[in-house]
Amino acid sequence: MIAEPSHAIPSRGTIARRLLANRSAVAAIALLLVIVILCAAAPLFAPYDPIAQPDIIRGKDLPPSALHPFGTDGYSRDVLSRVLYGGRLSLSVALVATLVSITLGTAYGAVAGYAGGIVESVMMRILDALLSIPRLLVLIAIFATWNDLHAKAFVIIVGLTGWYSLSRIVRGEVLAIKGEEFVMSARALGAGRTRILLRHILPNVLTPIIVAAALGVGHVILLEAGLSYLGVGLQPPTPSWGNIIQDVSATQVATVWWLAFFPGMAIILTVMAFNVLGDALREALEPRGMRT
Amino acid sequence: MDEPLLSVEDLHTYFHTAPAVAKSVDGVSFTVAPGETLGIVGESGCGKSVTALSILRLIQPPGRIERGSRIMFEGKDLVTVDDATMRDIRGNRISMIFQEPMSALNPVFSVGDQVAEVARIHGRGSRQDAWNRAVEMLALTGIPDPEERAKQYPHQLSGGMRQRVLIAMALIMSPALVIADEPTTALDVTIQAQILELLVDLQKKFGTSILMITHDLGVIAETASRVVVMYCGEVVEEADVTTLFAAAHHPYTEGLMHAMPQLGEPRARLNVIPGSVPPPTDWPTGCRFRERCPYAWELCEEEHPPLYQISQAHTSRCHLAIEPERRAHPHPPLVEQLGVPA
Repeated sequence: MIAEPSHAIPSRGTIARRLLANRSAVAAIALLLVIVILCAAAPLFAPYDPIAQPDIIRGKDLPPSALHPFGTDGYSRDVLSRVLYGGRLSLSVALVATLVSITLGTAYGAVAGYAGGIVESVMMRILDALLSIPRLLVLIAIFATWNDLHAKAFVIIVGLTGWYSLSRIVRGEVLAIKGEEFVMSARALGAGRTRILLRHILPNVLTPIIVAAALGVGHVILLEAGLSYLGVGLQPPTPSWGNIIQDVSATQVATVWWLAFFPGMAIILTVMAFNVLGDALREALEPRGMRT
Repeated sequence: MDEPLLSVEDLHTYFHTAPAVAKSVDGVSFTVAPGETLGIVGESGCGKSVTALSILRLIQPPGRIERGSRIMFEGKDLVTVDDATMRDIRGNRISMIFQEPMSALNPVFSVGDQVAEVARIHGRGSRQDAWNRAVEMLALTGIPDPEERAKQYPHQLSGGMRQRVLIAMALIMSPALVIADEPTTALDVTIQAQILELLVDLQKKFGTSILMITHDLGVIAETASRVVVMYCGEVVEEADVTTLFAAAHHPYTEGLMHAMPQLGEPRARLNVIPGSVPPPTDWPTGCRFRERCPYAWELCEEEHPPLYQISQAHTSRCHLAIEPERRAHPHPPLVEQLGVPA
C-alpha cells in the first residue's frame, strides 16, 4: 500500500468514521441537532407567544415552575418561549453571516494567492490594514448610529467584517497548492486559470474552510450576544439570545437569575458544541490520519 | 528528412533572480520529425526540463524565454503565439507526461475524471462522451477493468497504474507531440520496462512524436532514434542512437557512457564523471565542460567550442574534432587536480 500524499483529503467515509469515533464530536453533533431542531421548530415547542405580555403586574419575574419551566421576565413573557424563538434568530444570523464571510474570505484569499505578484502584495496589504481595525469596536460604532437595525443589515455587516483571517489562511494554502505538480500538469494539458483555480486548487483547500466555518458560527453567536447585550445588536422585542439577557439589569442577576441563566446556557452550549465540532472536523480531515 | 514537426531554434531561457541571471537554457536548437522519438539526455541541472517547459511555455517568472528564441510547431512560433492559442495547443497538439505520477494527479478527483477533463477542455462533447473516451483510453493504456478503475482515486492505484493514467491523459487528444519528462524515473525497474513498451506501442498506434527527456541512457537506448546530449544549458552532442552508443564524440557523453554499470563486469565502485554541473548563474568560460574533462587543453579555456560536424547527422561541441590525436592522452581533470571532491 502506498502512503497517501500529504494533501489528500480523506474520503467521505473516512471522515464520517473518524468523526463518529470521536465521542465529544458525537456529543456535539447530537447537542447541535437537538438545539437546531428545537429552535427551528420553535412554534411547535414554545408553550407561549414569545412577545405576548399576558399579565405584566402579577405574571412578571416568576421563577421557573411547571407552567413556565424557565420562568418569566419583567414583562411577564415566558423565557422558554423567548429562548427558543431567540435561538431561531441567533442561529440563522450566525449561519448566514458565516456563509457571507466564508465566501468572501475564500474568494479574496484564493484570488490573492493565485494571482501572485503585485496584485497579491496590494491585496495582502489591504488585508493587513483591515485586520488592524478591531472588529468589535467597528461593529459597535456602526450599529450604535443605526436606529432600527434590521437583522438583514446586521447579518451583512457582521459577515463583511469576519472574513479577514480566513482569507489569509486560504491564500497560504492556495500558494502551497499552486506549486504542486498536478497544477503544472493541468496547465500543460491546456486548463485555463479559472479552471485551475476552481477545480484543481480550491477543492484541495476545503479543510481549513470547513473548519473555519464551524468555528465561525460559534464566534458569531458570541458576537451577536455581546453586541445585543450592549444594546447595539439585534433589537427587541424580537428575541435573540443576546437581547434576552439584555433585559436583565445588573442588580437583578442574583435575584431573578433565570433571566440570564437559561439564554446564557443556550449560548454556552451552542458555542461550545460548534467549537468542539470545528476541532473534531480539523482532526477528521487531517490527511495523514494523525490523531492527537 | 521530412519537414520537422517541432523545431527549436536558439532557445534561451533565463531566470532573472536577484543576484544573478541563471542561464538555464542557453542557445539550444534541435528538431523533432513527425513520428520520431528524440531523446534528450543530461545530468540534473543541465537544462533539459526547462527546455521541455519552454516548449509548452510553462516557464514561470522570474523565468523568461529570451528574445530571439524560436519554437516552431505546425507553422506557429510558440514563443510568440497568444495565450488562448497556446492553451489550445497544450494537451491537444502537444502534451506532457510528468515524472512523478502521484504528484501529477489531483488527489481529490477520480482518475477517470482527470482523463475526461482533458477531453472536456478541448472538446465540445458531453460529460458522458468525455467519460466514455476516458475509459476507452484507460483500456488502451492497459489498465485492467478500466470502468471500475476510472472511478478510483490516485492513491488507490499503484505507481505503474498512475503513470498509465498520465499517459492516457497525455494521449486522449492524440497530440502530434508528447513530451515525456523522466516518465519512468519514479517507477520500479520492471514497471519501467512495461511503461516504455506501452509508450512505444501507443506511439506507433497514434503516429505521435515523442520528446523523451531522461538522465537514463538505458531509456534512450530502448525508445529513441536520435539523441541530443545537453550540458550546462547547451547541446553538446547530437547523433542517431546507434552512432552515439558506438562512437560518442564529446567527452561528457563518453563519461555518461562509462558511468553506466555494465552487465557481467563486477566492479567495486561505479565510474563517475568527476565534479558536478556548475551553477547556471556562472557557466565556465570557454568550454563549459573543461574543468571536468580529461582532455582539456588551453584552447578549451580560450574558446567556446562551436558544434563541430563529426559526420553526417552527428555534431559535437568539442575541440577534439580539430585535434583528435589528443584523445590518446587523457589526464586528471582540473577539478581533481584542484582536489575538489568528486
